[in-house]
Amino acid sequence: MAQAGTHSDEHHDHKPGFVKRWLFSTNHKDIGTLYLAFAIIAGLIGGLFSLIMRMELQDPGMQLVEDGQQWNVFITAHGLIMVFFVVMPAMIGGFGNWFVPLMIGAPDMAFPRLNNISFWLLVPSFFLLIGSAFIGQGAGTGWTIYPPLSDVVGQPGPSVDMAIFALHLAGASSILGAANFITTIFNMRAPGMTLHKMPLFVWSMLITAFLLLLAVPVLGGAITMLLTDRNFGTTFFDPTGGGDPLLFQHLFWFFGHPEVYIMILPGFGMISQIISTFSKKPIFGYLGMAYAMVAIGFVGFIVWAHHMFTVGLDVDTRAYFTAATMIIAVPTGIKVFSWIATMWGGSIEFKTPMLWAVGFIFLFTVGGVTGVVLANGGLDIVLHDTYFVVAHFHYVLSLGAVFAIFAGFYYWIGKMSGRQYPEFWGKVHFWTTFVGVNLAFFPQHFLGAAGMPRRIPDYPDAFSAWNLISSIGAYISFASTLLFVGILIYTLKWGKRVSANYWGEGATTLEWTVSSPPPFHQFETLPRIR
Amino acid sequence: MRRILAFLSGLSAVGAGASAYAQQPREWQINLQTPATPFAEAGMAFNNLMLIIIIAISVFVLALLAIVIFRFNAKRNPTPSKTTHNTLLEVVWTVVPVLILVVIAVPSFRLLYLGDRVENPEMTLEVTGYQWYWGYEYPDQQIDEFASYMIPDEEIDEEAGQVRLLSVDNPVVLPVDTDIQILVTAADVLHSFAVPAFMIKTDAVTMRWNETWARIQEEGVYYGQCSELCGIGHAFMPIEIHAVSREAFDQWTIEQVGDAEIDPENPPVLLTTTWEQAMADRDARLRLAAAE
Repeated sequence: MAQAGTHSDEHHDHKPGFVKRWLFSTNHKDIGTLYLAFAIIAGLIGGLFSLIMRMELQDPGMQLVEDGQQWNVFITAHGLIMVFFVVMPAMIGGFGNWFVPLMIGAPDMAFPRLNNISFWLLVPSFFLLIGSAFIGQGAGTGWTIYPPLSDVVGQPGPSVDMAIFALHLAGASSILGAANFITTIFNMRAPGMTLHKMPLFVWSMLITAFLLLLAVPVLGGAITMLLTDRNFGTTFFDPTGGGDPLLFQHLFWFFGHPEVYIMILPGFGMISQIISTFSKKPIFGYLGMAYAMVAIGFVGFIVWAHHMFTVGLDVDTRAYFTAATMIIAVPTGIKVFSWIATMWGGSIEFKTPMLWAVGFIFLFTVGGVTGVVLANGGLDIVLHDTYFVVAHFHYVLSLGAVFAIFAGFYYWIGKMSGRQYPEFWGKVHFWTTFVGVNLAFFPQHFLGAAGMPRRIPDYPDAFSAWNLISSIGAYISFASTLLFVGILIYTLKWGKRVSANYWGEGATTLEWTVSSPPPFHQFETLPRIR
Repeated sequence: MRRILAFLSGLSAVGAGASAYAQQPREWQINLQTPATPFAEAGMAFNNLMLIIIIAISVFVLALLAIVIFRFNAKRNPTPSKTTHNTLLEVVWTVVPVLILVVIAVPSFRLLYLGDRVENPEMTLEVTGYQWYWGYEYPDQQIDEFASYMIPDEEIDEEAGQVRLLSVDNPVVLPVDTDIQILVTAADVLHSFAVPAFMIKTDAVTMRWNETWARIQEEGVYYGQCSELCGIGHAFMPIEIHAVSREAFDQWTIEQVGDAEIDPENPPVLLTTTWEQAMADRDARLRLAAAE
């Protein structure tokens, strides 16, 4: 690979002043940093909500929350924050912005100012969402905002309208970001970098961007119709006016199912880079890996009604969605086995990022196989809307996507900040999180199988044993998140300075050819890929 | 294989507790509630098959990871191989999952279609979800809709067998060994009528009748909870079903109908006799009592 980050770069490394650099930023690395900082702050707030929820559920009875409405506001805020303001900004806005241009040998994103708008739409969006929890009676609809509960009959007052506007802004932010990534990846690859030579992380971002571009506008339409139903007397989702509440569910899940792949695909990409680096081997079955992601992205659009097996769909429709959903297991299996095959025969160093990556593979497998259970329309009936589902999607998101984010953080923090994290504490963070989240979420499978519905603040006493264990796990997880904040501060202030390629021979992508941190403007002369 | 199945059902039996007659969750339960209908039994069997498959897959992946961690760490294996392709291997790990999915799909579809609806139901129960209680109506028995509210915590009588958050003031009464069609709708927002022991869960949607069915095999008390977020009282609108013999159900029907005006052309449906016969029997009993 060509050597970039030449001397001429550093001479021109004029960073603008604070306001111009951080408020009017057009630099992909600075915007990436803003996104990551945003995601960490939002993550702590979303985590605080889950901490309160687990404290409430620790024992039967109502201890902390005033009533069911306040509880519903908490679960709604937790869900929306974690999806739209933690996982997506961290993966797409954060790591995507930072490393897509670096990995394809581009000086910046295609539309730097659009990039700035994408980020700054997210900030007022977040304020609107947080505000919706405190103004009026709060939006107690669940993150799925199903009408009629989310209509004026169920939630009068301004809260749900604020939440809808929050989603409008977050959606616009995502769509603009997606357009930016697609343009960048298609047009700004360094000479010689064909699509089939792109790092898998860039592949994952390309597919994610397409999913965003096709899915988010559908959510935008659905919530706009909900907004006019609430405020302007339309009846899109109101059966008394000829509308249909199930139409909203179809639209929501047409967005919502691709959304879960939007949250996990960048993680797939990061895990691929990390596994390859620390095994000191190229990724096994590169083309299979890339096209498995394409297949997951495509099939992800035609399985949405498996979230709706109990709503009264025709049985043949349910049979179709059962079959289509199970097919996703095949490309997912290809990915898991290819990661293991990449490690097979490797010379693996178990540094902190690799621990998170290996943890990801196993926990994502566990979440994946419970997904196969839920795919079956006949069996899903008894598990739908129980804690089994909660356990399933936290295994793929809280343990899958979040593990991938931490893996990416430890992998790249030296590159981004120029300072390395403390290895020992990184490992402590991994192990405490690993124990905490498994303790928190594994028992929820049992609760769901036994019949505990989701979204309830109080439960029959028989569920108390596993709930207590689950809460203890949540406390451990939250404590280890605080440890992470400590590690972050320590790294940024006192971390050891690192060289351009501090992972050594295994790290072969272009970001390792520039200095750590990279110059303010990199690749002023484009690298050439053999 | 059989031993594993026996173990799994043993676990669930432990979880479900000794009394098969009151179906409610138990402390430390880890599997589904003991099935109480033919559909739920089929579902339980399929669930246990799925458990074996997913545990096997998870253990397989864990074993591969363990081998990789012990054999291919930097100390044991200082020089990495350069293998990046193996067509046979890639075909195998694509085809084998497909075969596993086919093995799953066959019983899965059978279960799906079994649970859809019952062809010739002997009776119908109409369920309406309200914020935050259930309304039950028996059109065939001409029993008008009655409301079923959760018993508040402070009024729970544990000695009478009442369960906090699950017991209601007016439970649904249903006969055993009867194909019962259950129609579900809602009056305001979405709700979901769920009874884990029957493996049924049907969303209640305004101006729409959703259909499911049950054939209860054992007399007893069965509980469920609303399973679609419906607002402030979502956790507090449970479902309590008393399954009784067909004779007892007829008796209950007669009590419920009481002195209401009956159209002789179209009397309430009884399961073990006709309405005319039941009334004649009652009159005979009354006459006998009067004579004594």
